[in-house]
Amino acid sequence: MTDVSTIDIPTPYQPYTTEDGRKIGDVVMEMKNITLRFGGVTAIKDISFDIREGEVRAIIGPNGAGKSSMLNVISGFYHPQEGEIWYRGEKRPPMKPYEIARQGIARTFQNIALFKGMTTLDNIMTGRLTHMKSGILAQAFWKGRAEREEIEQREKAERIIDFLEIQAIRKAPVGSLPYGLQKRVELGRALVAEPSLLLLDEPMAGMNVEEKEDMSRFILDVNDEFGTTIALIEHDMGVVMDISDRVVVMDYGAKIGDGTPDEVRNNQQVIDAYLGVSHD
Amino acid sequence: MLYREVGDFKTSYKADGQTFPIAFDRYRYYAVLLIAFALVPFLLNDYWVKAIVLPFLIYSIAAIGLNILTGYCGQVSLGSGGFMAVGAYSCYKFMTGMDIWLPFGENGESIQYALPPLNIFFSVILGGFTTALVGILFGLPSLRIKGFYLAVATLAAQFFLVWLFNKWSWTYNYSASGQITAPERLLFGQAITGPSTEPWATYLFCLVFVVVLALVARNLTRGHLGRSWMAIRDMDIAAEIIGVNPMKAKLTAFAISSFYIGIAGALLFAVYLGAVEVGEVYGIQKSFLVLFMIIIGGLGSIFGSFAGAAFMVLLPVLLKNVLVGQLGWATDIAAHLEFAIVGALIIVFLIAEPHGLAQLWRVIKEKLRLWPFPH
Ligand SMILES: Nc1ncnc2c1ncn2[C@@H]1O[C@H](COP(=O)(O)OP(=O)(O)OP(=O)(O)O)[C@@H](O)[C@H]1O
Ligand SMILES: [Mg+2]
Repeated sequence: MTDVSTIDIPTPYQPYTTEDGRKIGDVVMEMKNITLRFGGVTAIKDISFDIREGEVRAIIGPNGAGKSSMLNVISGFYHPQEGEIWYRGEKRPPMKPYEIARQGIARTFQNIALFKGMTTLDNIMTGRLTHMKSGILAQAFWKGRAEREEIEQREKAERIIDFLEIQAIRKAPVGSLPYGLQKRVELGRALVAEPSLLLLDEPMAGMNVEEKEDMSRFILDVNDEFGTTIALIEHDMGVVMDISDRVVVMDYGAKIGDGTPDEVRNNQQVIDAYLGVSHD
Repeated sequence: MLYREVGDFKTSYKADGQTFPIAFDRYRYYAVLLIAFALVPFLLNDYWVKAIVLPFLIYSIAAIGLNILTGYCGQVSLGSGGFMAVGAYSCYKFMTGMDIWLPFGENGESIQYALPPLNIFFSVILGGFTTALVGILFGLPSLRIKGFYLAVATLAAQFFLVWLFNKWSWTYNYSASGQITAPERLLFGQAITGPSTEPWATYLFCLVFVVVLALVARNLTRGHLGRSWMAIRDMDIAAEIIGVNPMKAKLTAFAISSFYIGIAGALLFAVYLGAVEVGEVYGIQKSFLVLFMIIIGGLGSIFGSFAGAAFMVLLPVLLKNVLVGQLGWATDIAAHLEFAIVGALIIVFLIAEPHGLAQLWRVIKEKLRLWPFPH
């Protein structure tokens, strides 16, 4: 019998500190040989990559490359036909999206998916659902835990509202807000859950330069202040190069590049994909 | 300024989250309660209670119930009539002493036992709980289907339940007529059901249910359970991604909604009508009636449930008094006019104001706040 504790498992990953002083740790999520098909369409072809604790990981690629599909696989909407997903050192069994949310994974959608009939505050409070424990009876009579909990959660929600600078629209129905603000509220709803991994699907799509700058700042602040690991899809290459630590490049469902922004930028395959060099 | 919130600042989240954040509203609410409990019982006569007040109170409970399911959780139901029947028939069984079979006979055969008849108050509540269980059962399809298809499934539940209470003689204690009739039952020495009730007693009995159930509904809908319902209603995919278990959200909505509707059905039978035949009282028309109440009153609003119930109860009484009583129209023409008015209103509200009378009331308050200065 070997003494397990003496075995030294070499890890290919060493924690390091970035130039701006953020700590990047071990791998938290690892996708191994993921293949996802819809009927005859293969949206993801045998892709492997990992996400490390504390980093900003970007996924880029032309339209229809399969980026959103990848996020949907991570958050449990799509179940890949092949491949494994490892989260925090364990292989993840097939799970429902709400179970995955409870593991500390939150996300936003490419097309805003807010609760249109509710106010900004209620949308953000809804993001705290996984932290609410009071039972039906306590809520029915608004006593004890129900009331206390509501106030505690409200404080958390207000902190996010302050952070995102949306105090003025707290009681506004979200349906009536301009697009940029809706995106911000949706980010707030994801953030308030205090996720350890935050997935953002094109958080800056359709925004003007100023709004993009605001959003980039929020994303970096979240990563820096809360230590949240972030995986984001973005089309604006300037933004991606600015804010991400590592980048995965997808094209036609396959991975064609993976590395630091500089490495990716100089990768010939990536350049071809973006310049539209014909396949074959 | 008839109506104001100026100077009414909130310094805590608790104060900001209360049911009536504006002091004026809060006092008006207490005043309404005081009048309802202390003054109205002395003013009521038999006509008012029978024609307006009891139906209004009872349908308010049903409308709140359906509003929880449809207005808050977004699950359309056409089964309210059937669920009311479940409340009525189970209340009847509990209040008359339910007979059950237990397999404890000499040779393992079943023996019939009769439970003691329960107090009317608890019979009504147990009627609600029974309906909640049935509601969960018929809510199961909602885990798979939505919208129109779910509406059809609940319609099937409606017809099935009416058929069941026609065919299953145990539910009506094997009476030859197939009807159920509420025997006299007392509470604190006062008859609540049966032929010799006092108007004020039946009124107070129903009022207690209305007040408590409305408060509970308000609390449930402002808490996290209510938010999970609304999240499912507004966007079920996003709801799931933030951790709402759709099964739990939908089935709790079905259960609680059915609890309310069951209580309404039980009160309608035991306290209001006294005797019912299921197809006549709890048919599909009843499902539509309650649905119309919440559409006209306002989807997703407790106040709207009351407004809708008041409207649908008052309209026929008003038309009858004015058209038939004053102008001498034929009764059937007045009844047809009622259909036409309700139909037109439903269309208007669905297209122009899905939040119903409750929203109109909000707009009026908004105007009053500024009155007499437009800005
Ligand atoms: N639910 C689905 N059913 C069928 N095909 C799908 C589904 N979801 C995605 N696809 C297909 O998978 C491929 C990848 O789509 P995906 O949305 O992941 O691309 P994307 O990289 O996010 O593109 P974009 O930049 O336009 O958002 C496309 O061909 C798309 O049509
Ligand atoms: Mg996409």
